[in-house]
Amino acid sequence: MGYKARFKVWRGDKSGGGLEDFSVDVNEGEVVLDIVHRLQATDAPDLAVRWNCKAGKCGSCSAEINGRPRLMCMTRMSTFAEDETITITPMRTFPVIRDLVTDVSYNYEKARMVPAFSPPADLEPGDYRMAQVDVERSQEFRKCIECFLCNDTCHAVRDHEENKTSFSGPRFLMRISELDMHPLDTVDRREVAVQEHGLGYCNITKCCTDVCPEHIKITDNAIIPLKERVADKKYDPIFSIASLFGKTKERARRTPPPGKNA
Amino acid sequence: MATTGIESPGRAQIGVKTLRTDRWWIAPLLTFLALTAFVVYSGWRVFSNQYYFAEPYISVYYSPCITTTCVPGSGFGDGFVSWWALSPALLTAWIPLAFRFTCYYYRKAYFRSFWLSPPACAVAEPHGKYTGERRLPLILNNGHRYAFYLGLLLNVVLTWDAIIAFRNSEGQWGHMGLGTVILVANAVCLWMYSLSCHSCRNAVGGRITHFSKHPLRYRMWTLISKLNTRHMQWAWISLCTVVLADFYVYLLASGRISDLTFF
Amino acid sequence: MTDLERHSYDVVVIGAGGAGLRAAIEARSHGKRTAIVCKSLFGKAHTVMAEGGIAAAMGNVNSKDNWQVHFRDTMRGGKFLNSWRMAELHAKEAPQRVWELETYGALFDRTPEGKISQRNFGGHEYPRLAHVGDRTGLELIRTLQQKIVSLQQEDFHATGDYESHIKVFAECTITRLLTDESGAIAGAYGYFRETGDFVLFESPAVVLATGGIGKSFKVTSNSWEYTGDGHALAMRAGGSTLNMEFIQFHPTGMVWPPSVKGILVTESVRGDGGVLTNSEGTRFMFDYIPDVFKDKYATTPEEGDRWYTDPDNNRRPPELLPRDEVARAINSEVKAGRGTPHGGVYLDVSSRLPAETIRKKLPSMYHQFKELADVDITAVPMEVGPTCHYVMGGVEVEPDTGSAKVPGLFAAGEVSGGMHGSNRLGGNSLSDLLVFGRRAGLGAAEYVESLGESRPQVTDAMVAAAELEALAPFTTEGGENPYTIHSELQESMNDLVGIIRTQAEVEQALERLEGFKARVAHVTVKGGRAFNPGWHLALDLKNMLLVSECVARAALERQESRGGHTREDYPVMSPEWRQVNIVCRADGDGAAIVRQPLVPMREDLLDLFDVDELKKYLTEAELPKGAH
Repeated sequence: MGYKARFKVWRGDKSGGGLEDFSVDVNEGEVVLDIVHRLQATDAPDLAVRWNCKAGKCGSCSAEINGRPRLMCMTRMSTFAEDETITITPMRTFPVIRDLVTDVSYNYEKARMVPAFSPPADLEPGDYRMAQVDVERSQEFRKCIECFLCNDTCHAVRDHEENKTSFSGPRFLMRISELDMHPLDTVDRREVAVQEHGLGYCNITKCCTDVCPEHIKITDNAIIPLKERVADKKYDPIFSIASLFGKTKERARRTPPPGKNA
Repeated sequence: MATTGIESPGRAQIGVKTLRTDRWWIAPLLTFLALTAFVVYSGWRVFSNQYYFAEPYISVYYSPCITTTCVPGSGFGDGFVSWWALSPALLTAWIPLAFRFTCYYYRKAYFRSFWLSPPACAVAEPHGKYTGERRLPLILNNGHRYAFYLGLLLNVVLTWDAIIAFRNSEGQWGHMGLGTVILVANAVCLWMYSLSCHSCRNAVGGRITHFSKHPLRYRMWTLISKLNTRHMQWAWISLCTVVLADFYVYLLASGRISDLTFF
Repeated sequence: MTDLERHSYDVVVIGAGGAGLRAAIEARSHGKRTAIVCKSLFGKAHTVMAEGGIAAAMGNVNSKDNWQVHFRDTMRGGKFLNSWRMAELHAKEAPQRVWELETYGALFDRTPEGKISQRNFGGHEYPRLAHVGDRTGLELIRTLQQKIVSLQQEDFHATGDYESHIKVFAECTITRLLTDESGAIAGAYGYFRETGDFVLFESPAVVLATGGIGKSFKVTSNSWEYTGDGHALAMRAGGSTLNMEFIQFHPTGMVWPPSVKGILVTESVRGDGGVLTNSEGTRFMFDYIPDVFKDKYATTPEEGDRWYTDPDNNRRPPELLPRDEVARAINSEVKAGRGTPHGGVYLDVSSRLPAETIRKKLPSMYHQFKELADVDITAVPMEVGPTCHYVMGGVEVEPDTGSAKVPGLFAAGEVSGGMHGSNRLGGNSLSDLLVFGRRAGLGAAEYVESLGESRPQVTDAMVAAAELEALAPFTTEGGENPYTIHSELQESMNDLVGIIRTQAEVEQALERLEGFKARVAHVTVKGGRAFNPGWHLALDLKNMLLVSECVARAALERQESRGGHTREDYPVMSPEWRQVNIVCRADGDGAAIVRQPLVPMREDLLDLFDVDELKKYLTEAELPKGAH
């Protein structure tokens, strides 16, 4: 049942490093994170790896396995052939700290730039009423475990370090979308999405959706609808004129105060 | 590029553009070949200005045919554009081109396979700079909905073409040939492709925040959302039916074959 | 002390799970400059693992529910050993805390009228758990995280600095609390994982919200962080823990594959209709209804099934008994040879609900089994068994303020003790975090207020001692690898102080713990200080050992079976023992315990129960007057 697998694990820090070879025992039913733990307990006790729940719920053990951004705890060893060499590297979009651990502070800085949820001022706690169909879209996005694999795989920042200042990545465009679809939110974040979070950088190549371990349809359900809503406001004079005469209640939202980049 | 991409200072220095071990290049390569073939074929047909009408069938590229130079019987009446000297297809074929070029699916397809931006997920792209769809001309992609609206009008025309394909070459109803089947199938596929569009999804209900107050639009949105998950498939299927429908008319009109008539 | 980073705050919150974040929000909203120290990244706390929901008697689904009913359920679940005051505050305040989450942006599942939907759960008389599918913990943590961010945005607009009033120190572990000569809290000392550099927080108030101790056990649903840090920090600072013998083994953890053994299978599976069967296909829970619950649970599968649609006229199925009962039952079935091939029992929802409903109501369970075990729960039953899940015992606190027995020290959430008595009901944890997180944050803010300008001071000698202690594993040579000792500790606790305990086994455990203590003193770690998990484990091990000793000593002391403490040699619940709390303190390099009487329940609360029910738990003398 068990076998020896060949692994290459990137070890090093920001001053440099490289792939190190290991040969490790693998037992039935194991995932890549089990193997990394076995390495820690045997060959490499100081091998740095970030993990918490080991059940795909916390989004800590993000890395790249055979070049693909994945959670180590959700990558079963049975998906590899026994004679296959498995390569594990840290996420390649964020600065490395040590071994498989990266500095993901970019994501926390971007999170802080999204204008927060703003309920109507006169609505008391306990009086919130929302229909299930109205919360479902945002609920899908709130499944996000913030593993940041989508931001890792997005070429707009992965391949272009300089875009990090003006582009927040799929995770936070989705967060804006989530708030925009929240039935009780009162803020219009569409301008912010374009100006501060770089919605226009997204060219819909859908890698974020491909890597999402929660199977959230980031592109189809969050980013494209957000682009369309922005188009309603910015690029669609006909709709804008029509909405002057029609029911504008759907969009009685105010513009948020400027954030850090404004 | 070494300093801006995955080898930027501070990131793990790994030294290769990708560590993917699968054949990630197949999908963009196939897409490239298929789209190139389509563009070449379409260019040839649109500019050729011949063999586009074989009573009762008209080629999708040439419908509606609105110039006075249209082949007799193919036009809208006798045609009303008299000042146009080139192929009449050029006056209308840009609409589906614009619709497909700005389509959210095709954007993925050509950005990956033509621009290599990125060629595949987690495979480094070859460009030093990337600005996305934030400036001309790509910012025009935000106008996808206009192409969608025009595309719908065109679908109506093509549907009419499919309906009149049930008339024989003398204009009598009750005819059906292989061409009829092809035109009907093409119209259906074009409708599926258009209705599954992301702009359509936004227009029918996506832009609403409170579905519960618009039950009918919510139902439409639910339906369109289901179609939308197959948008890519419809994009390819309808691309194929367009070529098929045109090529069949071409074969008939150029006399290479004759229509297989069922009744 | 060359590379020591110093910070000064009004309140330092250790732990960034539900309780810690809620405490920080409260302290900050009372104007206190607050630091949040988290062992992992911000938003990754163990709270995300909570699945079922937040118990709060809002009465949205069944209007008969109210705080009194919730209070009764909580006391019953804890076998009357709970701090009744905490249970009272909890039941009264939980609804406000849940509604407050909505103002922060939480999106719970809704009822048809648009209110927060509530689901059934073990031990709760009415549908009471506010939930979002089976990922409620994630919603809670994300909501609180986003609320903190929104407070930081407010501070940014006011001061130009996001972190002027509330700052998160991620991947930072506290190794020691510093106290002044009077014993009051003066600060906290720790290290950053990323660099291994040390950090000193000077602060008159510390809120412990570090969670539990599950990593001392082999089969556990807890993550690596759950090493009893807060319990150990409090005891080493002069505080005490109580009732550490009560450990909840969640009845349903995954049992296969081995690498995921222990990972939680939410109770909602049973709340939504899932049933437990043994290898003979019997719904065995009907054979395990204890006398105290006889009249509250269905006696036939038919009645149990009817309850899901008509709860007013039928009794609930025994799969929804409190967790301790179900865990023991599963344990007995497996021991009797009626277990599954991998040593669990079957939990089946596939034959009870349509596949589409399962995917909708239990999405993350579907996902978890599909991806980790390659099992489709819409088609076949799951295999489950008990897993160490929660410690009911914890730091001894004042119910109203969360203040521990050390001036300036507060505790909330799993690290605090008393609220859940001898057994916690599912769903009461998330509400506990919110209710007492807020109260501890408030308590800390008020305490700081009361100090005025005179704050306890940190001395250099203390800082030097803390540094020496933290660096010890690097200075010893030729010692053992911490991973080896850790796995032996886990085996010992699991096998000897697990679900079922005996005097002989617990004594053996204590002996082994002595051995581990000696070995940990000489543990050696390889590599440098930057992100070195071996070093981190070496430091955590000391906490695990101290806490494990408390657990074992208290387990040996309590000669009865109650809730999360089952003694094979004393199988009966004893009203006399109900009057006793077992308190544990640090003593030299180990732990010492004393018995402490429980405060009698207030008369008006006692009146909420039927005298016949009280007779099952209380001594004759404790019964209300006129009940004899």
